[in-house]
Amino acid sequence: MSAAATKVFVSGNDAIALGVRLARPHVISAYPITPQTTAVERLSEMVEDGSLKCEYLNVESEHSALSAAMGASAVGARTFTATSSQGLLYMAECLHYASGGRFPVVMMNANRALALPWNIYNDQRDSLSLLDCGWIQIYVEDAQEALDMILQAYAVAEHPRVLTPTMVNIDGFVITHTYELVEVPAQADVDAFLPPFQTTNKMSFEVPTNMGFTATPAHYTEFKYQQHRALLDAAAVATEVDRTFGQRFGRAYGGLLEGYRAADAELLLITLGSVTGTARIVVDQLRANGRKVGLVKLRYLRPFPAKELAALTARAAAVGVLEKNISLGYEGTVFTNVVSALAQAGQNAPALNFVAGLGGRDIAKTDIAAMFDRLAAAALQPPPQRVFFINLGVATDEPDQTA
Amino acid sequence: MSPIKPPNAKTLSEREFFFGHKGCAGCGGSLALRLALKVLGERTFTVVPAGCMSAVGFVYPQLAFGTNAIISTFPGTASMLAGVAAGARALGLKDFHTVGFAGDGGTADIGLQALSGAIDRHDRILYICYDNEAYMNTGVQKSGLTPFGARTTTTPAGQHIRGSITQKKNMFEIVAAHGIDYAATASVGYPQDFINKVAKAATVEGTAYIHVFAPCPTGWGCETDLSIELAKEAVDSGLWYLAEFENGEHRLNRDPREFTPVRSYLEKQARFAHLRDEDFAAIERTRDAQWARMRRQWARPTTTAPSAATPATAG
Repeated sequence: MSAAATKVFVSGNDAIALGVRLARPHVISAYPITPQTTAVERLSEMVEDGSLKCEYLNVESEHSALSAAMGASAVGARTFTATSSQGLLYMAECLHYASGGRFPVVMMNANRALALPWNIYNDQRDSLSLLDCGWIQIYVEDAQEALDMILQAYAVAEHPRVLTPTMVNIDGFVITHTYELVEVPAQADVDAFLPPFQTTNKMSFEVPTNMGFTATPAHYTEFKYQQHRALLDAAAVATEVDRTFGQRFGRAYGGLLEGYRAADAELLLITLGSVTGTARIVVDQLRANGRKVGLVKLRYLRPFPAKELAALTARAAAVGVLEKNISLGYEGTVFTNVVSALAQAGQNAPALNFVAGLGGRDIAKTDIAAMFDRLAAAALQPPPQRVFFINLGVATDEPDQTA
Repeated sequence: MSPIKPPNAKTLSEREFFFGHKGCAGCGGSLALRLALKVLGERTFTVVPAGCMSAVGFVYPQLAFGTNAIISTFPGTASMLAGVAAGARALGLKDFHTVGFAGDGGTADIGLQALSGAIDRHDRILYICYDNEAYMNTGVQKSGLTPFGARTTTTPAGQHIRGSITQKKNMFEIVAAHGIDYAATASVGYPQDFINKVAKAATVEGTAYIHVFAPCPTGWGCETDLSIELAKEAVDSGLWYLAEFENGEHRLNRDPREFTPVRSYLEKQARFAHLRDEDFAAIERTRDAQWARMRRQWARPTTTAPSAATPATAG
């Protein structure tokens, strides 16, 4: 840990802004609504007071926010933007564009529910519905991890083997609007960890370039394959970046995922984001009662840590996935990814999908304890269905939903 | 930014920055782009949205731009242009141009919001709209700049409706109403006027917008060697106009004593072949009302243009 680091009591949004300032972006573009968070307000204040030297573009939409960030990235600038929910959907065209163009923009997304019905509270259907847009997707548990992952995100995104935009997802309200004690690294340490962005994938007067071109069927697949390889390569880069970060700042997060009391667990619950904190407490309580339960916190969903996950689930008698998401008409997207990873590893323990926290509904410790009970039962007798809406408030003809 | 002395036919650069592309014969848009880049020179970042110029000049590995260039999303010309300019500025680059080159649909319809945002910020960019009056790249669909009466593939001319029933959006006045730093209209039929305006716009401290009228023989249904003639005739008949907006004031650059007949201009194009006498009369009425308003409200050139052949540019 650096001697010059300071501790501050800030919101998750503030922590993001502090992280962005430390990363020294050249250009920030942001639209303040649809919705947005106070992170971009803090950043505009930093520009105003001179503590952040960058071009700050107040754009008229999220589409333009990311479009402008891509333009800046295309001349070799380090860029940041932020959005949430409907705004993320509004920039969907640009999400694919940024990854295809290999523009390593870093973006904060405050995870919030999607209309309709309108709802401003936390769930993760916004980013998970865009899991296929070619971005690296990171999910954080608290404000400290949010700040740290902004710094790590730049190191991963701008790595020459990666050159892929990165979305740092932070649970709306639960993290963005709550206050925590956060350690802010010293600028000199961050500068050593995160040198200025260097790339050859840019327009310059030394080497005039045509970017953002069309590719016919003769070449298109090869460009997509290169993107795919870059995202796969990002796994090793992200792991190494986290290790290096840990050495310099005293905090490492386990790379792509983190196991918590997972090594000898018979019942494993897989989480992402802020609910992990609640689940840790439940695991500790159940462990105190002698039950062999554990957690896996997914930190990256793209690249997906299939092998790392399967290594932790290998001995589990049942695996649950808790996600604030549902791919309507099937199952949770995280669950689909997890089950695929287990199948690839030849594991066939019963797997259950717990859909909870939609539109900001609370997930209580008792809910999580009940999930472990379900997993225990499933380990003995796999149930006929595997997707469960937690605390569903309407009658259903699916017998297990109300159990 | 160093001032640019507007080149003329003799001094225009021999260097080409947009060549080898697959534009149709007689393409007014590619001519406007070629001329603009000759004026701006090699230290230029060019942003082109999805559209004709990117379709004909930007297919890997055959890339037709000699300057730095990038395709933006269709709605994103102005926003990406703003990002390029901001990035270049933040990186300390000096003495460069950032020019966007979008069609009428990419400007007046899907790109209008981002353009409005850029003008609002007074971003230091030059935005050129080449107006061929429909979505040509995708097969001649109506845009917000398609004129009244024109047949397109989404405004067919049949027994019940005779082509487009709407008038062109007035982009020049829309951008002027933002309080833009500089705006101008032009036509490839008057290339010196266009060149002069590009040179002027390139050194404006803020956002500059040029709306250049650019015929499309493919979409208009005319002979390919008529592009320049039609681009002149549109101005001479009063269906298009040459004007500037700066320091909060509109100025007509040409104020013809008499208009050439609109019928002569319209009848050369298959897209207007279905028009009836009453339609020609309606088009003339609209033109006359617009000119009456412009002459009443805008500054006028100090000398009335004696003939169609003389370009007249303020400043």
